[in-house]
Amino acid sequence: MRALLLLFAALMLSGQRDPVLVPEVSQHDVQVRQGFTGTELLLFGAVLDPAGRAGQDYDIVVVLKGPSEPIRLREKERFAGVWVNADSNDFRSVPSYFAVASSRPIEEIVDAKTAAIYEFGTGYIQLSPSGSINPEEQERFSLGLVDLKRRQGLYKEDFGGVQISEGVLYQARISLPSNVTTGTYSAETFAVTRGRVIASAVAEVEVRKVGFERFVELSANQYGLLYGFVAVMLSVLMGWGAGRLFARL
Amino acid sequence: MDVYLPIANLSVNGLWIVALGALTGVLSGLFGVGGGFLTTPLLIFYGIPPTVAAASASTQVTGASVSGVIAHGKRKGVDYRMGAVMVGGGIIGAAIGALLFRFFRAIGQIDVVINALYVVLLGSIGILMARESLQLLRKSSGTKQAARRRHHPLVANLPWRWRFYGSGLYISPLAPLIVGIAVGILTMLMGVGGGFILVPAMLYILGMSANVVVGTSLFNILFVTIATTIMHSLTTRAVDIVLVGLLLIGSVTGAQFGSQLAVKAKPEVLRLVLASIVLLIAFRMFLGLFYQPDEIYTVYPL
Repeated sequence: MRALLLLFAALMLSGQRDPVLVPEVSQHDVQVRQGFTGTELLLFGAVLDPAGRAGQDYDIVVVLKGPSEPIRLREKERFAGVWVNADSNDFRSVPSYFAVASSRPIEEIVDAKTAAIYEFGTGYIQLSPSGSINPEEQERFSLGLVDLKRRQGLYKEDFGGVQISEGVLYQARISLPSNVTTGTYSAETFAVTRGRVIASAVAEVEVRKVGFERFVELSANQYGLLYGFVAVMLSVLMGWGAGRLFARL
Repeated sequence: MDVYLPIANLSVNGLWIVALGALTGVLSGLFGVGGGFLTTPLLIFYGIPPTVAAASASTQVTGASVSGVIAHGKRKGVDYRMGAVMVGGGIIGAAIGALLFRFFRAIGQIDVVINALYVVLLGSIGILMARESLQLLRKSSGTKQAARRRHHPLVANLPWRWRFYGSGLYISPLAPLIVGIAVGILTMLMGVGGGFILVPAMLYILGMSANVVVGTSLFNILFVTIATTIMHSLTTRAVDIVLVGLLLIGSVTGAQFGSQLAVKAKPEVLRLVLASIVLLIAFRMFLGLFYQPDEIYTVYPL
C-alpha cells in the first residue's frame, strides 16, 4: 500500500515537472525535382509545462539525421613519395546527413557524457566503426570522416541556432544542400534543463525524388541495358542532328 | 541556371557544364580525340562523383564523335576497314579493362592506378608528339616532308596482310587489333575515349596516312564509347542522362567548329597544340601524385 502510494506520488511529481514537447517541421515531404538546389527546413514547436510555469531555464537541442549507410573509409599515405591508399576502416552506420542546432553552446547545456548519449554534436555521432581495434586509429578515422562530410556540407553544427521565445516557442532553421541522399530523415527535439534531457520528441521528414528525376533513377537502376541504349541513342541523335544542322548552314 | 542531376544526386550550374562540353567538343573535332581526358578530371574537380563523371563523359564522347565521324566521312577521312578491326579489338579490351578495374578497386588502389596511368601515358605521348611536330615545323620551311611516313618495323613483321586502301597501307590486321585492345583497356580504366593514344599510335606505329587518322580515330572512339556506356549502365549504373545531355549540347556544336578549323590549320601546328595540352594535364596529374592530396580520406559504399 505504501509502495503504491509512493509510486503514485512519483508519477504525479514527474507529471508535474516534465514538460511536453510539441514539435513540428515546416515540410514533411521534401520533393527533389528539376531545379532542386537544396531547401531550408524550419523545425519549430512548443514546450508545454503542465505546471503552468513559463520554462525560462529550458534549452532546446534539435538533431536532424538522414538515412544511415555502411561505408569503407580509405586513408591515403605517402609511400615512396607517392600518395597511395593505405589503411582503411569500416563504419556500419554513417548518417548520410547530420545537423544539430541548439539554443546555447552544447558544453554549457550538458556534459560530454550526455552529449555522447544523445549525439549532440558531429563529434558524438555513433558511427559504429568496425575493423581496426586500436581506439586511437578509430578516432583518427572518425575525425577524418566527419571532416570530409562537413566540408561537403552534409554534417553541421549550429550552436545558438535555436531561438526560444517566451520560454515556450522554439524554432531552428536547418538547410539541406542539393547533394542530400533521399530517404526518411528524423528530426529529434530535446528539451534540456540543468544538464538533463527531460523531454524529447521525433518528427519525420521524407526526402524523395519525384517526376522525371524519380523516373530517371528508377530506369537506371532497374532497366540498366535499356537505359544505356537510350543514353547512347540520345548521344548519337544529338551528334548527328548537329552535324545535319551545321551542314545546312 | 541550376540543373539537378538525378544520378549524381546534386545540382550544378548548367551553363558551366555546357561550356565544358563545348571545350571538349572543339578538341574532339580538331584533333580526333574524344576529350574525355579533359572532361572527366574537370567534372570531378567540379564536385561530380568520380564514377558518374567517368561514365557520363564516355557517353558524351559518343555524341561528340558522331558529328566528327560524319564530317570526316564526307571528306573521305575515315578508313572504315581499319576502324572496324580496331573496334573489334576495342570491345575485347573494354572487357579486359572491366576485369582490371574490379581488381584494382578490390585492393583499393584504383584512383592511384588511374592517376599513374594518366601521368605515364599522357606524359610520354605528349613528349613524343611535341618533339615530332617541332622537328616537322623546323623542316617544313624548305622541301615537303609528307612522303617520309613509315610504319614501325614490328608491324611489318606480323603475318597475314590486308590492304587498307583508305590508310594507304598493306599490313597485318593484327597490328590495329592489338592497338584497339590496348585502347579499349584504357577506355574502361581511365574513363576516356582513348583518342589521345590512338592518334599517335596510328601515326607512329601503324604509319597511317595523316588525312584519315583523325576520322578513323573518331570512328573507333564512337563504337568503343558506346560499348563502355552500355557496360557502365549494366554494372556501375552511373550514367547520368541529364549530365550527358548538358555536355552534349556544348560538345556537338563545339565538334562542328573543331572539324572546320581542322581543315584550315596546319597539321604540325595542331599536333604541337595537342601535345602541349596533353603535357599540361600530365604535369598536373604528376603533381597530384606527389603533393598531399586535398582529401586524405575517400568513402566507398559497402
